[in-house]
Amino acid sequence: MTKATVSRRTFLATSAAVAGGMTLGFHVPFLAGSAAAESAESAAAAPEINAWVVIKPDDTVVVRIARSEMGQGTLTGLAQLVAEELECDWSKVTTEYPTPGQSLARNRVWGDFGTGGSRGIRTSHDYVRKGGAAAREMLKAAAAAEWGVPASEIMAANSVLSHKASGKTATYGAMAAAASKIEPPKDIKLKDPKDWKIIGKSVPRLDTADKVTGKQVYGIDLKLPGMLNAAVKECPVFGGKLASMDDAKVKAMPGVKAVVKVGETGVAVVADTWWQAKTALDALPIVWDEGPNKSASTAKFAEVLREGLISDKDVFVGNKNGDALAAIESAAVKVEAIYSTPHQNHATLEPMNATALWTADKCRVWCPTQNGEASLAAAASAAELPQDKCDIIKVHLGGGFGRRGAFQDYVTQAVRIAKQMPGVPVKLVWSREEDMAQGRYHPVTMAKLTGALDDKGNLTAFRMRISGQSILKSVRPEGLVNGMDPAVFQGIAKDDPEKPTANEHGTVYAFPNLLVDHAMRNPHVPPGFWRGVNVNQIAIYVESFIDELAAAAKVDALEFRRRLLGNQPKARAVLDAVAEKGGWGKPMTDGVMGRGLAVVRSYGSYTAALAEVSVSTKGKLKVHRIVAATDPGYGVNPQQIAMQVEGSFVYGLGAALNQEITIKDGRVEQTNFDTYQPLRLAEMPKVETIVMPSGGWWGGVGEPTIAVAPPAVLNAIANATGKRIRQLPVKDQNLKA
Amino acid sequence: MAKLTVNGATLDVAADENTPLLWVLREQLGMTGTKYGCGIAQCGACTVHIDGVATRSCAVTLGSVKPEQKIVTIEGLSPDGSHPIQKAWLEMDVPQCGYCQTGMIMAAAALLKDKPKPTDADIDEAMSNICRCGTYLRVKAAIHAAAGTSKT
Ligand code: FES
Ligand code: FES
Repeated sequence: MTKATVSRRTFLATSAAVAGGMTLGFHVPFLAGSAAAESAESAAAAPEINAWVVIKPDDTVVVRIARSEMGQGTLTGLAQLVAEELECDWSKVTTEYPTPGQSLARNRVWGDFGTGGSRGIRTSHDYVRKGGAAAREMLKAAAAAEWGVPASEIMAANSVLSHKASGKTATYGAMAAAASKIEPPKDIKLKDPKDWKIIGKSVPRLDTADKVTGKQVYGIDLKLPGMLNAAVKECPVFGGKLASMDDAKVKAMPGVKAVVKVGETGVAVVADTWWQAKTALDALPIVWDEGPNKSASTAKFAEVLREGLISDKDVFVGNKNGDALAAIESAAVKVEAIYSTPHQNHATLEPMNATALWTADKCRVWCPTQNGEASLAAAASAAELPQDKCDIIKVHLGGGFGRRGAFQDYVTQAVRIAKQMPGVPVKLVWSREEDMAQGRYHPVTMAKLTGALDDKGNLTAFRMRISGQSILKSVRPEGLVNGMDPAVFQGIAKDDPEKPTANEHGTVYAFPNLLVDHAMRNPHVPPGFWRGVNVNQIAIYVESFIDELAAAAKVDALEFRRRLLGNQPKARAVLDAVAEKGGWGKPMTDGVMGRGLAVVRSYGSYTAALAEVSVSTKGKLKVHRIVAATDPGYGVNPQQIAMQVEGSFVYGLGAALNQEITIKDGRVEQTNFDTYQPLRLAEMPKVETIVMPSGGWWGGVGEPTIAVAPPAVLNAIANATGKRIRQLPVKDQNLKA
Repeated sequence: MAKLTVNGATLDVAADENTPLLWVLREQLGMTGTKYGCGIAQCGACTVHIDGVATRSCAVTLGSVKPEQKIVTIEGLSPDGSHPIQKAWLEMDVPQCGYCQTGMIMAAAALLKDKPKPTDADIDEAMSNICRCGTYLRVKAAIHAAAGTSKT
């Protein structure tokens, strides 16, 4: 076993050499030197104007990004916000991640690192823009002092400072050192949105070049001097633990350095290469103590869910107005249906991984994470060291979708392993099989919906009983309100028509009588936040059932929705936009057999979709086209928004059409992408996206649109063949009426 | 000691012959542009060219590759990212997280070599790689752009 004592410089040089010239693209604090020495060293080369902006003598602008880039484009969007106010030359902009440890040492100067809930931009736009604006004013003040003119006479544009009367000019790079010593301004006025030049533009992403050459370094690609590799297995039955293992059987296998326990529940093999570690782990005889859940199954839990549809036990009312039950009782027409959606796994394409280096007084972890501060807390706890003795070096994620934020199990594991190998960096990588078995799964739910119509086909009452799993109960119990999980009502929560943008998950519909409640039923399967979270199933249930009601009322599905959207002009606008562009009510061509609609508001944004499908004589579904519209309030980068719409449809449709996590004998049955089939390119419909930001508020982008694609497709199938699919996923079901 | 021809160079590799080529590339040769996503030939993140054929390197063992077979990885596709596919990808900002993209690019480059003017159906068939971020439409558009064909 080698002891790694390398300086940061050695690390950079070595890793660059090993990786064939790649660099990490950001400053990497390593073992050597204090944080203060590090920043002094970098400050000499590149003055920090403030926490958000560093400007190098060659005019390169380095924008610090606290949130994480996992494909959603936030890195570029946040840089646009800073650059807008900074008035810098966009072509000179680069980015870097500050570390959570640096932020801790500076009194959380970068604020929240969390990247989830479609909040990357909408909860930080104010302070990052102010960071850019303050830096601009400091540059102006520095020039004013040097030129002996009032700062108010100085113009800042395109990375150049100029004073008209004297004809003096200076680049930002030339003035940066002086500006870094200026007292930051107290009152900062942000630009009027009508004056934006970079915000709202489809500038190319800042992170594309290395992603097309293979130079982008992901966590799984890291290589540190003296590094060993680890493969891990956790007890496949949730709630079970490790009983015993026979490490003598594998210790002599090629490359194996150690076989270690990981907490009470897991075991890891550490070897020279990951392939050796995995090979030995697969050969390791392990006995699990499977615990109380070893006979749990999806089929058995479905009984519990069905009981929840009619029970009075552990039921919480999430939204209510009027008397829905009485209105249903006396209705001319009553419609009822039961829907269900299964567990889903995130299955980020880059498997979970983290590289940890532990010594008695320090711990460093390199990892993909949606929340650097959560990673830091997990690392410190596992390292049994104070947080200020630990740090996290973030790398771009090979996908996140909610798996790498609230859940830092992979970081905890890596540190626990590294702690048993002091001084040796250990890279932990999960196999895909481990990823399928150890997810934090999209919760399983069922819903019973009842609607009442009067004799003119108007909706008089809407009732939904949701039965199923609560994420908050398991993950964030402090978020429960008197035992209720308010998040299960995402998309059907109470709305305030006076303040249409106040409740980000409020329903867009004005139901005359409404009752929505939730029977909390929690299986032993650990739930997680999965892109879109609870709005996924709520949209499927509500938007499918709205179509069932429209059919029963013999009213056109668009018209039926429009009647209920009276006080929601923004929701009507996105719905009308897709109906118009999608040719709602017009003859179908090119083999299209059915169209379907959906409209939802979530994460503060309004979204709608129109899907076109056909079903072959053999019953095979083809989704031809989806027209989508989204109004996120302000839109920072329309091209990125369109990409998020397309991407979210792949993720959402994959789940609705093909994917399903099922449990047997307490464990997940699916083991890899053969049994858990994501959507592929050949199944991908055309997507036409209408980005229609109406301004005035900041809504989310990464998640809201995911929810509209599945119900629009389900409605289109019903429109095409008369067959209503109520049990997801669609796969293998007869699509003919 | 096995010999491999990778990106034009003959390299000595010390690894068990059952080791998948993917892990030889990543761990023995430091070529981490070739990615691991499934290990069972499902996702295509590990796609390389072997004698010009797009091949999922997780499903090929070191022992089964002959020293004279020409392996090309993303690092060797072009010296400076100038392959027409890479240029189209950059131009159209195809990647999101990017993790699947090197495999996508290798599969697309092989497709164009085979069929310089691919139809939508050709692309559907050749590009069975998994992208969890959902870049498929832009992948398709960028292949057409590189080929100078328009979407059918
Ligand atoms: S890693 Fe080879 S196909 Fe997925
Ligand atoms: S770009 Fe993220 S998996 Fe394809």
